[in-house]
Amino acid sequence: MNNKPKIGVYVCHCGINISHTVDVEAVAEFASQLPNVRVAREYSYMCSDPGQALIREDIKNEGLNRVVVASCSPRMHELTFRKTLAEAGLNPYYLEMANIREHCSWVHGDREKATAKAKRLVAAAAVKARLLEPLQEKEVDVEPASLIIGAGIAGIQAALDIAEAGFKVYLVEKTPSVGGRMSQLDKTFPTLDCSACILTPKMVDVASHPNIELLTYSQVEDVSGYVGNFDVKVRKKARYVDMDKCTGCGVCAQECRLTGRIPSEFDEGMGKRAAIYLPFPQAVPAKYTIDPERCLMLTRGKCGKSPKCVDACGTGAINFEQEDEIVEFKVGSIIVATGFDVFDASRKPEYGYNDYENVITGLELERLVSASGPTGGDILIGKGDDAYVPKDIAFIKCVGSRDKSVGNEYCSRVCCMYTAKLAHLLTEKIPDANVRVYYMDVRAFGKGFEEFYDRVRREGVRYIRGNPSEVFKRGDKLVVKAENTLTSTPVEDEVDLVVLAVGLEPRRDAREIIDILRLSQSGDRFYMEAHPKLAPVDTATDGVFLAGCAQGPKDIPDTVAQAKGAASSALVLLSSGKVKVQAQVSHINEDTCRGCGYCVEICPYSAIELVTVNQFGHEALVARVNDALCKGCGACVAGCFSGSAQQKSFMDGQILPQIAALGVMR
Amino acid sequence: MNTEVQSFIQKHDLLGCIQCGRCTGGCPVNTRTDLNVRRIVYDALDESMLDELAKLPEVWDCTTCETCAIRCPKGLKPMEVLIGLRNILVESGVIQPTVRDALESAFREGNPWSKPKATRSDWMQGLDVKIAVPGEKVENLIFVCCTIAYDPKVQVIAQNFVKVLNKAGIDYGFVGDDEVCCASEIYNMGEVGEDGLFEMMVEDGTELLNSFDTTRIVTLSPHCYDALKNQYPDLQAEVIHYTHLLKEILEDEKLVFTKEFAQKIVFHDPCYLGKRNDVYDEPRYILNQIPGAEQVEFSRNRERSLCCEGGGGKMWAETESHKERLAEERVRDAKELGATILAVACPFCVLTLDDAVKAKGFEEEMQVMEILEIAGKLIE
Ligand SMILES: Cc1cc2nc3c(=O)[nH]c(=O)nc-3n(C[C@H](O)[C@H](O)[C@H](O)COP(=O)(O)OP(=O)(O)OC[C@H]3O[C@@H](n4cnc5c(N)ncnc54)[C@H](O)[C@@H]3O)c2cc1C
Repeated sequence: MNNKPKIGVYVCHCGINISHTVDVEAVAEFASQLPNVRVAREYSYMCSDPGQALIREDIKNEGLNRVVVASCSPRMHELTFRKTLAEAGLNPYYLEMANIREHCSWVHGDREKATAKAKRLVAAAAVKARLLEPLQEKEVDVEPASLIIGAGIAGIQAALDIAEAGFKVYLVEKTPSVGGRMSQLDKTFPTLDCSACILTPKMVDVASHPNIELLTYSQVEDVSGYVGNFDVKVRKKARYVDMDKCTGCGVCAQECRLTGRIPSEFDEGMGKRAAIYLPFPQAVPAKYTIDPERCLMLTRGKCGKSPKCVDACGTGAINFEQEDEIVEFKVGSIIVATGFDVFDASRKPEYGYNDYENVITGLELERLVSASGPTGGDILIGKGDDAYVPKDIAFIKCVGSRDKSVGNEYCSRVCCMYTAKLAHLLTEKIPDANVRVYYMDVRAFGKGFEEFYDRVRREGVRYIRGNPSEVFKRGDKLVVKAENTLTSTPVEDEVDLVVLAVGLEPRRDAREIIDILRLSQSGDRFYMEAHPKLAPVDTATDGVFLAGCAQGPKDIPDTVAQAKGAASSALVLLSSGKVKVQAQVSHINEDTCRGCGYCVEICPYSAIELVTVNQFGHEALVARVNDALCKGCGACVAGCFSGSAQQKSFMDGQILPQIAALGVMR
Repeated sequence: MNTEVQSFIQKHDLLGCIQCGRCTGGCPVNTRTDLNVRRIVYDALDESMLDELAKLPEVWDCTTCETCAIRCPKGLKPMEVLIGLRNILVESGVIQPTVRDALESAFREGNPWSKPKATRSDWMQGLDVKIAVPGEKVENLIFVCCTIAYDPKVQVIAQNFVKVLNKAGIDYGFVGDDEVCCASEIYNMGEVGEDGLFEMMVEDGTELLNSFDTTRIVTLSPHCYDALKNQYPDLQAEVIHYTHLLKEILEDEKLVFTKEFAQKIVFHDPCYLGKRNDVYDEPRYILNQIPGAEQVEFSRNRERSLCCEGGGGKMWAETESHKERLAEERVRDAKELGATILAVACPFCVLTLDDAVKAKGFEEEMQVMEILEIAGKLIE
């Protein structure tokens, strides 16, 4: 049992962050006079080693059983000081922090008033400290498996790392093949490695790794549970092809009545595919899929006399009766690696993307220069006999990036370099081409980027500083209307091909995952990390991590680095095997709870449920909190009509006296 | 520091500019004048230069088509910087006599054309026109525009509208003798600021228009449409352009074009209707209802339409340049398309393009017609 509270108060200077506006000596002196306070000290950096040692010494020598630290926000150092208490043998929840930095010194100028306010905050903290109760931290077991959503290069890399460490991975990909956007690229800046050459081996590895269960053409439908123990439900969409029987020979696609009629997603609509298709030659798994929105059998129930694909398939793999399958499993951690969409160029009608076939996007050009693309790697614009090789080519940068008029204020970080790359590839493929790049800034920030940009310029690609305003047709030429801002001359540049360096945007279906995992979005609408600097792969939901362009635009090197970071964060959880759960959880007094269920409805973490209990021989409904799920947000406490919900360390009996001490209640 | 200049920088958010060049790049007049609005935005950051900048003759070359503002990636309005500079000049009193006369006339007579207030409704002579009465309910209150009211070359627009309205049996009333200028061009000529003429005219105009019991105000000129819609915050009624109403009339089949009009029509998007207010489809819908006509499109259409140089005070401050006028370029493009009718929906466009057709000697093969003029022909 605790005897009388003996409080130690520690006032921090935080260098001069606090002491320049608050008279910390005066605050400590004031604190030493407060009831139950045994010692009060000030120190330059309480969070430093010697600072913490002061607290530990006092706990031992003075027999302290409560500690008040008056310093920064608890978000910053509450955990630090809890550890200090624990190290000295005190229950860590006997700590109370008074925030005299963010709430005081940083926002006030008047030293006298700021000092007075700091004193009050400290006095109130001391009042609450007296009333604190010890709490026990619980641990739960972690399911030794990980779910990864999205199998672009980010998801693939994270899956391989976790699988290599010996844990099970469920890799869920929405489309029929893994690979993501990187598989659409020809060469990759700044080193010009062939994208397929470096990606394909990894794609094959995820498919063959014994620890990876690959779920392509699948979608996560539901996730419940909490860190260490998530229950996942995945829908495997019907491919109408038996994966075990399909050999990937491709005869079905050749025979399909719609061969060459359906725009290929992989070729950005420039190439055509059949209703039964393999998205691209290196697709993994190398299994065919029937497009249910196009296939004549599936849309009309009839395809000639009999479907030709069925007739052609030597293994009898096609099955129009196949149905979606629901797969359920448990994982300890989740990585979201769902990637991006490119900006829809038709949202800037002034560039004529919808009007002229020779205005194309960077991603379309990737497919045009690719040997596996719709033209076999020839740069041909237009169709059939009218097709021509463009000579005068203009790139327009920042299309849909750094542009408030379309709501995207951010820089997409890859367009400067992919423009340089594509410009280089064009000069290689069309030696007499005259390539110019219209830019407003060139951002070549990564390793080897500036060197690559230098090289491309020296190869003869002209960089013209000015972001074009308009593209229109004059005769059979396109006119790029711009200003050369370095010479202040307006230009009407006549060209054969305009390439729009479209930026990266959050996926248009980004909400699906937000709804399932309760992710937040940052101002740019990408998924938000827990801290922009110190927790770049974490999210506000414990056990859920981010990797790749789902979190914000980035190139492949950064995507892979972040994927490895996310994998390592997931592994920390999985390999420790245990996870601590929040101790300052809400608790519901079942004797007074009336079972109205309001808290169940408002709990953002689905941590409360109604249970039937026996009260004096009667069955009664009461609310009960699952400690492992509760985040201690306090919503149920605020919402409860009978005051039955109370949050530990923030109980009415603790915070009302604290508020009173602030002088708010009279 | 001079706080007034500081506020010029703040008011126009000049520090937000990244000098990307989209404004000047998109400026339609950059092919024939020295106006470089990006440079001006940059130079205006030096507070001591404002008075000098205001004296640059090219400040008056801006047609207020608003392309610069629409394209700006940072949300600046370079065009407003130019109007701000015009304001400095207007306040200093040293302005071109034509501009001064227009402003004075707007103040005295309620129109910038130096015409007497009393003759504003003369165009109505011989027509069966319904005039709205304050306080009495009327569904559509018609706002004519000074240029249409006074300039014999474009009075046909209003006259044909009367025909259309009467024939379709629409509940309408014209504002009539009390109508005063919407002040759009007054704003563009720099008579802005707290006690400026523009503010005063907006206040008076709001009071006048609010005295009518109407649900919507139908404007004939896109310039009045833009002003009433965007710069009269206290108007009670909704503001529409006549193309909205005419489309409605045709959709409801209150009027059907039955006469053949075997012409090749190209529509020129007025900046104040298209770019500035996103009205692109209504005029095209109307033209599509014409029996026997074929519609073709400029390459520079809709969001990319080429300005005719009619707005922005240009009626009173001509650009001194020997290079081809944009209106002339426009009629050349129309001729290349083989168009026989260059259709427009704005009185300024009629005037500039008509002049251009004459200057180019295209009168034989092509005619500039306002949509209402065509409509009038088809229901005779
Ligand atoms: C034109 C262009 C050229 C580029 N060139 C280069 C270059 O040369 N060098 C370079 O370093 N970078 C380049 N990049 C950037 C590169 O494409 C990205 O860094 C990389 O693709 C990011 O990978 P990712 O895995 O994060 O996202 P993605 O490649 O978008 O992969 C995401 C995957 O998740 C899947 N998915 C999405 N939602 C779900 C869901 N709800 N459920 C299941 N699966 C889902 C998608 O189908 C996709 O397979 C280029 C980008 C573009 C647009």
